[in-house]
Amino acid sequence: MNHFHFIDRRKNPKGKSLGNRQRFLRRARVQIKEAVNKSIRDRSVKDLDNGEKITIPSKSTAEPRFRLNPESGERDYVAPGNKEFGVGDKIRKPPKQGGKGGGKDAADSGDSEDQFQFTLSQEEFLDIFFEDLELPNLVKRTLKETKATAYKRAGITVSGSPTNLNLIRTMRNAHGRRLALKRPSTREVNELKERLFELERIACPSESEVAEKKALLIRLEEMEARRRWAPFIDPLDVRYNAYEPTPTPTTAAVMFCLMDVSGSMGEREKDLAKRFYMLLYLFLKRRYERVDVIFIRHTHHAEEVDEETFFYSRQSGGTVVSTALEKMLEIQKERYPAGEWNIYVAQASDGYTQSGDAKRCVEMLDEDVMPISQYYAYIEILDERELEVFSDKDSGAELWRAYRTFAPKWKTFAQTRIAKPSDIFSVFRELFARNAREAA
Amino acid sequence: MTDSIPRNSLLFTDSEWSFDRLKATYNAIEEIALNDLGLDVYPNQIEIIASEQMLDAYSSHGMPLMYKHWSFGKHFARDQMMYQKGYTGLAYEIVINSDPCIAYLMEENTMTMQALVMAHASFGHNHFFKNNYLFQQWTDAEGILPYLDFAKKYVAKCEDEYGFDEVEKILDSAHALMDQGVFRYNRPPRLSDADKLARAVARAEHEQRTFNDIWRTLPTTEEPDEEAEERQLEVRNIKLPEENLLYFIEKASPVLKPWQRELVRIVRNISQYFYPQKQTKVMNEGCATFVHHYIMNALYDKGLINEGSIMEFLHSHSSVVFQPDFDDPRYSGINPYALGFAMMEDIRRISIDPSEEDREWFPDFAGKGDWRDVLKDAWANYRDESFILQFLSPKVMRDFRLFALHDDSKEAHYEVEAIHDELGFRKLRESLARQYDLGMHEPNIQVVSADLEGDRMIALRHEVHAARDLDPGTSEDVLWHVHRLWGHKVKMDEAAA
Repeated sequence: MNHFHFIDRRKNPKGKSLGNRQRFLRRARVQIKEAVNKSIRDRSVKDLDNGEKITIPSKSTAEPRFRLNPESGERDYVAPGNKEFGVGDKIRKPPKQGGKGGGKDAADSGDSEDQFQFTLSQEEFLDIFFEDLELPNLVKRTLKETKATAYKRAGITVSGSPTNLNLIRTMRNAHGRRLALKRPSTREVNELKERLFELERIACPSESEVAEKKALLIRLEEMEARRRWAPFIDPLDVRYNAYEPTPTPTTAAVMFCLMDVSGSMGEREKDLAKRFYMLLYLFLKRRYERVDVIFIRHTHHAEEVDEETFFYSRQSGGTVVSTALEKMLEIQKERYPAGEWNIYVAQASDGYTQSGDAKRCVEMLDEDVMPISQYYAYIEILDERELEVFSDKDSGAELWRAYRTFAPKWKTFAQTRIAKPSDIFSVFRELFARNAREAA
Repeated sequence: MTDSIPRNSLLFTDSEWSFDRLKATYNAIEEIALNDLGLDVYPNQIEIIASEQMLDAYSSHGMPLMYKHWSFGKHFARDQMMYQKGYTGLAYEIVINSDPCIAYLMEENTMTMQALVMAHASFGHNHFFKNNYLFQQWTDAEGILPYLDFAKKYVAKCEDEYGFDEVEKILDSAHALMDQGVFRYNRPPRLSDADKLARAVARAEHEQRTFNDIWRTLPTTEEPDEEAEERQLEVRNIKLPEENLLYFIEKASPVLKPWQRELVRIVRNISQYFYPQKQTKVMNEGCATFVHHYIMNALYDKGLINEGSIMEFLHSHSSVVFQPDFDDPRYSGINPYALGFAMMEDIRRISIDPSEEDREWFPDFAGKGDWRDVLKDAWANYRDESFILQFLSPKVMRDFRLFALHDDSKEAHYEVEAIHDELGFRKLRESLARQYDLGMHEPNIQVVSADLEGDRMIALRHEVHAARDLDPGTSEDVLWHVHRLWGHKVKMDEAAA
């Protein structure tokens, strides 16, 4: 008989293909990045916790081989399942989509179509999303943590590790048990022994003393036996502190997204704004158990809309920023009382507002919005050229200048001008720094 | 089963597997495989793996020991998605043509499935690998595992030293020529040509020892003189035209560094190793399927497995050998499991209970009852093309309702040339056999000249058969890879053979 053996490989390290995967992602980096950017456009602001099915042009990772042209020459082909054909019958060829024979290579390499589709994990997706936001490493790490948990005391248990031993509980239990079982204390035993020694020291004991000694010896033996039977500490007495992992913040936050949707905000501007909202959302998601997102768009009047409408529909009209603030305050009063909700506001605009409105905005911010907000982030989206022109922080459109004047008053207000994704983070710098300080 | 069989003789009664059950079942299977069927196998090594590991293995050519390359990562990504979405099931088994023969069982399988896989892989495929002439002549079952291990380490070492990009370039280009990296007619040197392997390892180690950071900026290691000379000699011995492009490039390329030649050789050796499998899909799967079908039924007849188990077996067996019709949306060519199994079952039938027609077609073995010997002879001495030409019976052609089409790319119609009737059988059989001739659907490309002293241009020729030219969509890209490996001008022409 042949010899044979079984080997259990299930415990071998998983992810053996990780090396291949990394090489693949590296190889198709440019295309994957493009696909991720596209997917960010299509994704909901709130939907960054999942991986993503992405599609890249298969050309980029094609593995070409020499093969015969399926459209040339002649060939014979045998197929199963003939029902009605006889010799000499002619069958019309199906519309061109690659011939039947010779298509083997195409099927093998999976490159027969122009697209290659696969799934990115959440971590891989975020890595690429973060790539051009130029986030500090610490921030990246915090945002990628899937769960922020802390260990909280959760009562007492009978099992645990020695480091979690609850000494007081253990001793109290032991004490109670000793009392209940009438365990003779060390003091009692010692007293008895002392008396015994005394008796033994007497050179010629009287009869009663002999009897007492005898009785004492019996009693001592009983006590010792009882002490052995009911030990000072029994495993039954031992208690440990129990800890349970609990999500740290148990509070809720609401995030107001305000955006100017007048004609001057184009595709590029909205795309940048979306990343800005996403980043804030990711941050809040890690800090709060529940995060509500409210989308308020405005032109010369403001309304609450769903995300789809927020990013994709256009409106014409003037631009009155204060209407959005009014709307926001109205919603906040109605649904998000400041005592129960942490309020965050993220505003994106291209900087234009009706003349005179900026002043009103500042008043509202100063008096009504900032006092109830945890953080207010404002981004002004410019194109690269404008950004150069406005390199001086004090110059700029009316809204910008107005914000500049009151900003120093509030540490929780941040404003920045952006033209590309890497500019976004600076508006959150203070927010993240604060979080890091609190965590420390 | 009948009441006469005591319950406790069952190997298992529920679907949970355990190592004890696997061992007992293996022994029962082996008893039938060796003493009833008379199979001859390599020692078996059976490994239990999780489904992710299975995916992993089959995205790397079914070789868990494969070197690292992005293309395996790509296939893994696709297979994983298809699997998770439920488009495809996982292969039940992977088996490696090696001595010992390694087969993988997935931990998720039921006990019945484990039995099926052991019978299929550890006995069916194993017997085929050990006995088929193509495998005997063209692969080295003993040497493959050490070789793959060497290759994997060598590639990793090159990545360390020369960077991912440089290694990727050579592997990408060599992969593009994999189909042209085999010897088809003359026998290749043995893989583990112990000397050569030892030398490669020694070289790698030597480089490791003498490697010094100071030298990193200098041109990479040069080829030692004696090796260069030996290589030149080999090049002079190559008689053009040469069909093995990778071999020619590895030996004669004017630009490759020694480590790059070694990488090309690794790709070439692996391609050669798989070449027999490409030519024996129907036979290999047919053999394994026939064996598992026979053994599972024998286990049932012996009262070693119960009705539930045999029903479960039949269910998965029938989906393995399912052949959709040409007009079925599920159709994607002839299923090698179905065809191979049907032909081998039919050999048994003809041997035991032949019809008049069978006696006429297969006078050598019809009615002689020696189907075991007929099958073993077929498994040992045929490949798909010759096996079909020799053994495809009218009954199988009728059962499959085969028909032959002629496809002239200039016409708007296919023409039906033969169907499963008296007049058509021979033609059908020849036509189907040709379909399994790799030469018919892989282009025949050869090196016809290379000016090694002068302008160093290499000339390739595609020998055109039946007016089928190269797919222009890919050939330019492949030529670009040839150029990268050759470093000088590459010319390609197509000529009718």
